[in-house]
Parts: sequence; structure tokens; C-alpha cells
Amino acid sequence: MHIDLEQLIAVLPIISLTTFSVIVMLCAAFYRRHALIAGLTFFGIVFSLACVYLQSGSSAVAVTSLLMIDRFSCFFTALILVTTAVITLFCYTYFKAREGLQEELYILLLTATVGAVVLVSSAHFASFFLGLEILSVSLFAMVAYPVTSLTHSDHSASTPLEAGIKYLILSGISSAMLALGMAFIFAATSTMDIVAIGKSLSVVNHGYYVIAGVAMMISGIGFKLSLVPFHMWTPDVYQGAPAPVTAFLATISKSAMLALVLRGFILLEGFRYDAIVWGVSIIAIASMLGGNLLALKQNNIKRLLAYSSISHSGYILVAFLSVMSAVSDTAHPDQIAMEAVTYYIVTYVLTTLTAFGVISVLSSANLNLKETRDIDHFDDFQGLYWRRPVVASVFTLALLSSAGIPLTIGFIGKFYIFAAGVSSALWTLLAVLIVGSGIGLFYYLRLILALFKTDSAEDSVQKAIYAVSANDTIALPLGSRWLITALGGLILLLGIYPTPLIAVIRGMVQSLYP
Amino acid sequence: MTLLTTISILFVGGIGAWCLGRIDARLPRWGALLAILIDIVYFGQQCVPVLQLSVNAMPPGLYGNSWFFSYTTDWIPQFGIHLALGVDGLSLALNLLTLFLGLVALSSAWDEIVERSGFFYFNLLWTLAGVVGIFSSLDLFLFFFFWEIMLIPMYFIISLWGHENRVHAALKFFIFTQVSGLLMLFAIIALVYFNKMQTGSYTFDYFTLLSQQLSEENRLPEKSALWIMAGFFLAFTVKLPAVPFHTWLPDAHTQAPTAGSVILAGLLLKTGAYGLIRFVVPLFPTAAHTFAPVAMTMGVISILYGAKLAYAQQDLKRLIAYTSISHMGFILLGVFAASALALQGAILQMLAHGISSAALFAIAGSLQHRLHTRNIDNMGGLSATIPRTAALGIFFSIAALGMPGLGNFIGETLVLFGAFAINPLLTILAALGLILSPIYALKIIQRVFHGEPSAFLKNGHKIHDFSSREMVSMALLVIAIIALGVKPQPVINLVNPALTYVLNPQSIFISQIGH
Repeated sequence: MHIDLEQLIAVLPIISLTTFSVIVMLCAAFYRRHALIAGLTFFGIVFSLACVYLQSGSSAVAVTSLLMIDRFSCFFTALILVTTAVITLFCYTYFKAREGLQEELYILLLTATVGAVVLVSSAHFASFFLGLEILSVSLFAMVAYPVTSLTHSDHSASTPLEAGIKYLILSGISSAMLALGMAFIFAATSTMDIVAIGKSLSVVNHGYYVIAGVAMMISGIGFKLSLVPFHMWTPDVYQGAPAPVTAFLATISKSAMLALVLRGFILLEGFRYDAIVWGVSIIAIASMLGGNLLALKQNNIKRLLAYSSISHSGYILVAFLSVMSAVSDTAHPDQIAMEAVTYYIVTYVLTTLTAFGVISVLSSANLNLKETRDIDHFDDFQGLYWRRPVVASVFTLALLSSAGIPLTIGFIGKFYIFAAGVSSALWTLLAVLIVGSGIGLFYYLRLILALFKTDSAEDSVQKAIYAVSANDTIALPLGSRWLITALGGLILLLGIYPTPLIAVIRGMVQSLYP
Repeated sequence: MTLLTTISILFVGGIGAWCLGRIDARLPRWGALLAILIDIVYFGQQCVPVLQLSVNAMPPGLYGNSWFFSYTTDWIPQFGIHLALGVDGLSLALNLLTLFLGLVALSSAWDEIVERSGFFYFNLLWTLAGVVGIFSSLDLFLFFFFWEIMLIPMYFIISLWGHENRVHAALKFFIFTQVSGLLMLFAIIALVYFNKMQTGSYTFDYFTLLSQQLSEENRLPEKSALWIMAGFFLAFTVKLPAVPFHTWLPDAHTQAPTAGSVILAGLLLKTGAYGLIRFVVPLFPTAAHTFAPVAMTMGVISILYGAKLAYAQQDLKRLIAYTSISHMGFILLGVFAASALALQGAILQMLAHGISSAALFAIAGSLQHRLHTRNIDNMGGLSATIPRTAALGIFFSIAALGMPGLGNFIGETLVLFGAFAINPLLTILAALGLILSPIYALKIIQRVFHGEPSAFLKNGHKIHDFSSREMVSMALLVIAIIALGVKPQPVINLVNPALTYVLNPQSIFISQIGH
């Protein structure tokens, strides 16, 4: 096997991330300084981002049969790296307020990112599986990362551990399903290369082998995307993991998988079995309704956001189904569905990152409260606006964006999905989407209203229990306040003037169709 | 640019008021007053030439058609979405009404809102900005954008400053409007996508889509047109509201703070009517014609049912809310009768109802502020204790019942005249509304302002009459409603060119559009 310079440059982001994870590990072994390690990680991510920029202009490069570096993978790699960079900053403020050995988290953060980047660049089942496992294994440890208080070290770190084990077991099962599904498809087509599989499928009808294989893969993928009925783990793990890790889990892990599935759809041209379309449609409907309905009664914000993210996966599936029918219709390849998926992924990542970012920033301010729990209870957010106007305003924006209200990026994302759905005449799914959004309003508005509520007598009992609410007058670090404001600004900016982002996405999608 | 500036002043004013609120709780109201006044002066002086002309004749538009100002620039070119704003006579009249009622709402809120006043005036001004945007949008995406923008601040106004059951009412209001709004978005996208299939490019431009629907070969197939129209129709009739989509309205009106009720009744309901006139009838002429009997029946049911329920209410604000449903029924009837006379009537009714219901809500709100009750049984004999308030209350109750010489009379009669030629049976039934409205109006007069004071009022604490600030705002409303009733012709002159093309959209393309 020969790798030339061009290919080497193409995989430079992955190499740089890997190198930095080793550097960070060595550094942490010899010289434990939280700020230094976090800074080094941040630098490593920014450096890798620069490498992506180097590559982004050139044409598609296949690095062995495993990886495909093109504008598509560059776009998503950039998205992942930018998000990880922001999460690194959240991690820093969050863990600085806590005791213990925090440096290892950054190694895991880097390796998980490597996994995600491999995932979005993979063109082969082997690299798909490898990337996924690198990502998942790092996440097991990140989810269970022990969080202890600065002042009280006797607090049990049991919640993250419980969440970690839950995630480990279920993720293991889903990976096994995925591997078995791959094996079935391999058995039918005798290849693991996704393009070759696509060709093989379009020529010969392989019958039930492929359907069984794809069904198993869908359940494996469905787990990662937390689609109903593979969603059970989501609220528990989101709630249990430390806030910045939840942010990582909700954004990177999900968007990388979505990007891979999107590429799979493109590469497996003509991939269309009615049974699969039906199955995916049902999953989409179940996710949209289930996610929104289950979110209604949640009092933990992380759980609420977890259910909301389930419903968002459902929305994205609508656009995916539209991609399915668009790809099969080769007469006029309508790229709007592809754009819709991509735009919605960006929307989802930005919105979710902001929401969990707010939680993690708030949670890093409770350092003198002798507790390590995250600020994620509904009552913590009562009247937040009157205590922390900036953070609460940004949180409001994130929630409005989740609900798809104009002036925020969420509206443009939803608009895109509507446009994609209409172009493929998916009337039933769109009707369910409207109903789902309607249900969603209940809990988003309830939470938004809570932010702006002034304290009244009936809350005072709750206040006693959640003393934090009254107590969190401690100033937030200036840096994280700016970061949160910037994210909020981006939500607004891309909601009011989405033109540049649409242009980038359209260029990227068009490059996929030579 | 005129319109963009008009809207921006309100947006910026809102942010300004919010910031002022952080300095002192009494400052935001002055900021809001300043913003609205600047806006009225700015927009008003641009409109003066048009208004002067319309006193005696139909004013010609600046581009040789019915449009006075327009402004277009690219917004999201990938989807053919423009920042396209324009007003014709109809929009102009409604925009002036918006700014005028903004002032009235501000006056009602002046002393009532003491908590979080900065955020309140922010919401107030943003709602107004959204409404002006709705009345001025010439791009369907932009229209939807403003349609939604107006919702959030209104939601906050009801849910944060409302009365005992505010959270429930605000949620109901929001969900009704938002879900029906999504159906409209659905319809808009379907319309645009259909146009794209025909022409190969996306556009949300009102005129392009309109001309598409006018050409024989490019228009939507009958059945799809009916479905797409249904999406628009639903969103607008929820907002209007017409029975059976009206259930959010009594709750929202009752629970909202006074200024919120004023804006809801005076303006937000009109956005639904405006949507019907601007979009449903011209864009889907055939479908609207097919659908007209259903819509007109809904209108008549709203008139009668709203009036009947109004009479049954004990809650003053709820009573007025139901009368709104009844009066908006006339608009639905008039719009779908689609004769020039009926449309003129519908528009006059929009303006007159905007003024009279705003006034009634302002009065009811001020009574609640003073008496701490909305229950009619707890009132009575108020004309002895607060004569000014009572006189005005009686005046506007009479306006609402349709007394000749006041605006509402002209609107309702023109609708009935216009609709009779189209559908006599429904018109006769609708005319019964003219009998039912005196019943509830007289109930207000008798039970609230006349008669013996209730036991509730006898406990002796002094009730303040309208202050001079409130009298000024009421005087403006009185003048407006009398002017509409005595000399409606200038308004008809002003809106007529706009109506001509609603009825005959072809005419808009005869003289080339200037923008």
C-alpha cells in the first residue's frame, strides 16, 4: 500500500488529532496542570482545524479504500472540531470548579474526536466500525468520569458511573448488532466498500440477507442517534454524565453518525427497499411523537433536552426519507433534501451545544456550594433571567431555536425540512412533524416562562430545597459568559441571515454530484 | 426604505426600552412613547400626500398602480427570498391603525405595569413591529417570519403580566397560533414548490406567485389549490378567529393585561382578516370561490354564536371577547362574499372594530385595575361614582352595537349590502346579529354602569375616575370612531385601489409594477 503526499495532507487532521492526544497524554503523565492540558488540547483542535482548511479547497481524495476525504468530510470534520473546541472550553470551566484528576478527560476528548472524524470520512465498513468504536470507548470513560467536589470529597460519584455502565452495555449491544448487520451485507455482496456495495445492490437483488443486514444496522445506528425505540438510554445517560460530556454526546457523537448515514445514502445510490422506507418512516414518526410526549413531564432539564434531542432525530429522519426518494429519482436529483439534512445537523449541533453549554457554565459556578451536582433541575431555572440575564437570554434563544421559532437558526432548519418534505411529497410525515412541534411547544414554553418568572410564595418551599437558586449570585467567569453570548449571537445571526451558511452547504452538496 | 425604517424604529425602540428598564423602572414607558411617536411622525409624514389625495379621490400609487411605497432587497437568494416590503391603501390604513392603537395600549399600560417594565415595553414594541411587518410584507417567507415574530412577545405579555390563569391562556394562544402557522408554512412551501416545478426556480415573491396563479396554464390544479388554500385559511381563521377555532380567544383576552387585550383585539385579530384579503382570495380565486359558502357559513355561525355566548358571560372582559368573535364573523362573511361593497365593509369593520374593541378593553381593563374584579355582578351604578369612565363605556358599547353615525355601523351594513347579492339566505341570518348585539351591549350598559351599586362596591373605598392621560387616549378613539362613521369615504377611497385588485388580480399587472 502506497500513500502519497496528497493523501497524507488529506488525513492530516486525523494525524494531528492523534498526535496531540499522545502529546497530551505524555504531558499529563509528567506535568499535571489543568490549564496547560486544556490549553494544549484546545491548541491541538485548532491546529487540526487549520489542517482541514488546507485540504478543504482541493478535490476528493481517497486514502486507501477506507477513508474518503472530500468537501463533505471536510465540512463535517470542521463542524466537529469547532464544536469540540467549544466543548473543551466548557470542560475547562466546569472541571476547574471540581476536584480530582481532570487531565485524563482531555485525552479522551481528543480520542473521541478522532473517532468522530474517522466516522465522517469513512467509505468502508471497517473504518466505519473502527471510528465508531474509538468514539464509543472514549465516551464510556467520559460519561463515567468521576466528578468530585473541591471541598467535600466524600460525595459519591455514583451517578456518572451508573450512566457510564448503562451506556457501555447498551452501546456494546448496539455495536454487536451493527457488526452482525455488516456481516450479513458482506455475506450477500462480498464486499465491505460502501460504493461497491451500492453498485452490487443496484445490479442484483440480494433479497432478505440485505434487508436483515440493513435492519440490524439501522438498530445499531438508531441507538447512536437515540431514535425511538432505541432511545431508552438517552435520558439516563444525558442526565448522569457531567454537563460538558453530555454536550459532547449530544452533538459530536450524534452529528458524526448522521453525517456517516448521509454519506451512506449518497454512496448507496439506488438503495431503496420499500420495507426499509416503511421501517424508517415508522421510526421517524415514533421518535417525533415519543420524544416530544416524553419530554412533557420532565423536571430535569438534561432529561428534557434528551427527549427533545430524540424528537430532533425524528425531524432529521424526515429529511433523510426525502433524501431517499430524491436519490432514487435520478431524473432530477433534487439536492434540497441533502441540504436540509446538513443544515439541520448544523442547527441541531449549535442549538444543543448552546443549551448544554449554559448548563455546564451554570454548573461551574456552584463551586462554593459544596456540591458537585449539575444545575439541571427545573427549579434551578426559575427566575434565572433576573439573576443572570445574559445566560438566561441565550438559553431562551436556544430553546426557541429548538422549537423552531423565527429569528433563530432553528426556524431556518425547520423550514428546510419542510421544503425537503414537500419536494418529496411526504405529507403524513410532515403532518406528524407539525403535531410533534406543537407538543414540543408545551415544554419549551414552560421552561422559557420559568426563566422569566419572578419568585413567588409558592416557589419558596422549592427554594429551600434547591438553595442554589438563591445562592448563585456568584459571577460567572467572564470568558464563559462571552462564549455563551457568542453562541447565542450565532443562533440569531444564522437565523436572520442564513445565506452564507446555505451557500457553503449548497457548494458542498453540489460537489458530491459531479 | 420608509417601511424598513418604520419597522426598525419599533425594534430598536423595544431594545432601548429594555435597556432603560435596567436603569429605572419608570423610564421604559417614556422610551416606548418616544419610539411610537417618532414612528407615527415618521410614517405619518410620508403618508400625508396620499392621505390628502384620498379625501376627495382615489390616490394613484407612486408606481402607477395601487402601491405607495415598496422596498426590495435580497435576503436568502438561494430560495428566492426577498426582504420585500410594500404598502397599498389597505396596508397603509392598517399600519396607521397599528401605530395608533400602540399609543392607546401604551396609555393603558402606563400605570398598570410596574413590575419588569423594561421587558414589558420591549415585548409591546416588538409585537407592534411584527404587526407592521405583517401588514407590509410582500414576500411570503417574510410574511410568515413576522407572523411568528409577533407571537413570542405576545406570549410573554400574557403569561408574565396577565391575570390569575395566565399561563394556561398564553399557552393555548401560542399553540393554536403556532400549529396553524406551521400549516400555513406548509402551504406556503407547497405553493412555492409547485411554482418551482413550473418555472425551475424558487421564489417567495408575492407578485410572482400571484401572476403564476393568474396564468391559465401555470396555475395550481384545482384540488391542490383547495388544499393549499386550506392551509392559509386555517391559519387566518384561527387568528381571526372564527367558530370553531375561537376557543383560545376568550381565555387570552381575559387573562392578558389591559395593553395586551387592546393589542390582541385591536390588531392581532386584524392580521387574520388581512391575510384572508391579501393572500387567500387573490392567490386562489377559484378555490376561494368554491370554498366561499363554507367560509361564509362559518362567518354567520361566528356572528350568532359569538353574540349568544357574549350575552351569557359574567366576566366583563370575556363578554367583550365574545363580541369580538361575533364582529369578526362579519369580516369573514364580507371577504368571501367577494363583492366590492362587501370587501369595503369588511375593511371598515376591521378598522372600526379595532378602535371600538380596543377602547372597550381599555375600559374593562381599567375597571379591573380599579375594582380588582371583572365580574359584572360586582359592578353596577358606576356612572354615579366614575362618570367619565361610565360615559365612555356607554359610548363604546353603543358603537359596538352598531349605532348609525359610528364606524361599526358602516362596516356591518356594507357587508350585509354586499353579501346579500351573493348569498341572501346567509345574509339574512347574519343580519340577526344586528339584533343580538344590542342585547349584550345593553347588558353592559345596564349592569355595569347603571342600576344599583353591587354589595361589592358598597364597601366604601374610593374609585378613581379616568385620569387626563386616559381621557386623551379615549378622546382620540372617540374622534376616530365618529370620523369613520360620519365620513367613511376617504377611507374607502384609500383602500379601493387595493380592493380592485383583490377582486380582479389581473389589474395589478396591467400597469407594470415599479419595483
